[in-house]
Amino acid sequence: MTAIVDYGVGNLFSLCCSLKYIGEEASVTSSPDEIMAADRLILPGVGAFGDAAEKLRETGLDGVVKAFAATGKPLMGICLGMQLLFDESEEFGLHKGLGLIPGRVVPIDSLEGWDRRLKIPHIGWNQLKIIKKEPLFANVNDGDCVYFVHSFCGVGCGEALAAVTEYGAEITAAVQLGNVCGCQFHPEKSGQVGLEILRAFCGISASGGESPC
Amino acid sequence: MITKRIIPCLDVRDGRVVKGVNFKDLGDVASPVKLAEYYSGAGADELVFYDITASAEERKLFTEILTETASRVFIPLTVGGGINTVDDFDRVLKCGADKVSVNSGAIRDPSLVAKAAERYGSQCVVLSVDVARVNGKFHVFAKGGREDTGMEAIGWIKRCVENGAGEVVVNSIDTDGVKKGFDLDLLAKVCMSVRVPIIASGGAGSIGDFIHLFRTLPQVDAGLAASVFHFGEIEIRDLKKKMEEAGVPARLV
Repeated sequence: MTAIVDYGVGNLFSLCCSLKYIGEEASVTSSPDEIMAADRLILPGVGAFGDAAEKLRETGLDGVVKAFAATGKPLMGICLGMQLLFDESEEFGLHKGLGLIPGRVVPIDSLEGWDRRLKIPHIGWNQLKIIKKEPLFANVNDGDCVYFVHSFCGVGCGEALAAVTEYGAEITAAVQLGNVCGCQFHPEKSGQVGLEILRAFCGISASGGESPC
Repeated sequence: MITKRIIPCLDVRDGRVVKGVNFKDLGDVASPVKLAEYYSGAGADELVFYDITASAEERKLFTEILTETASRVFIPLTVGGGINTVDDFDRVLKCGADKVSVNSGAIRDPSLVAKAAERYGSQCVVLSVDVARVNGKFHVFAKGGREDTGMEAIGWIKRCVENGAGEVVVNSIDTDGVKKGFDLDLLAKVCMSVRVPIIASGGAGSIGDFIHLFRTLPQVDAGLAASVFHFGEIEIRDLKKKMEEAGVPARLV
């Protein structure tokens, strides 16, 4: 069973549906007991880093997520949820993250040499350049497209960098360090490729290339 | 490299897909859920569900169809039609929509875009605008393109983007249903005025129209169409392949 952390941020309907679709039992919960009992944990999130970090702290779920990570069971952050795994963020002031992935979160347009002709946010389907094939991208190919919606991105994550994408500069698309991983893109909105990434995270074998539709 | 998005639009009434030519003469096509699954499999990058229901019962049926689609189709879903209040945003987001497009609702209540963007984030708020030439000027039309508001279109789009609209669907009434290409003059003006993603709508008749659009106006992020996809005149798979061959970045599935 995969628990999805409910801390009042974002729309969890599609994420929940996508897990059920691949045959994974999913539960949207804010109960520390239920979270700790889960086989896997997903930290979702949309909106501003500061608000989300504050909500995690207010609800005490920041400690629960860290405790879960310490058990060695798989944890995945998605979109803002991935950014929350980092040490800190520069989004509208400096905010502390969970510190499970080294590095910080900065505006895309502050990246060195960023192409200023491009639009912010980075919205749409962009290609993955895979750095670590295992575990997330075992059934996904270099150049496959996934769906992004973001204005900030993680930097300085060193050996945790698992995939990048090109949008005016090289942008962190995924991170992974031990049992902790994160996707800047939305696997639950990335069609067949996204479902394969979720299958890999849930330890479900690949679909064998059959279309889900 | 980021790819150009291809977006089929499904007009839904009474639980069925319909498409108007110049917004009139609606004809029945197919089941929205089945069509959504088909398009997703064929490589559609996103889907727009446009609610043209007239009664509360039909609206309930629409949200049921949306929920069913969202539990089987895992690409971004945008809902439009009948969005007049922040509560309407809430209603469709809970049923699995990722973005909500506002049109007449924003004209009636210009604060709607700002209120929705504050609550759900700009990435969730899509401004949809129906535009036609009136005495050589671009005017905003309301109520499905039937009513001239007298408002100048570029100013209206700029104002809504400043208020927090995260994307703009520009639908040209003049080219809609004519199938002779997108309204490049109008789109060029919009591209010069705002820095959010622009979705071109109205006028696609062939694969070449899409390629011409993206080559002429590289600032346009997506192309939206309905009947050419519904009636099989353009297969999305072929369109994507031809785009790629023509040097327009496309997501191939």
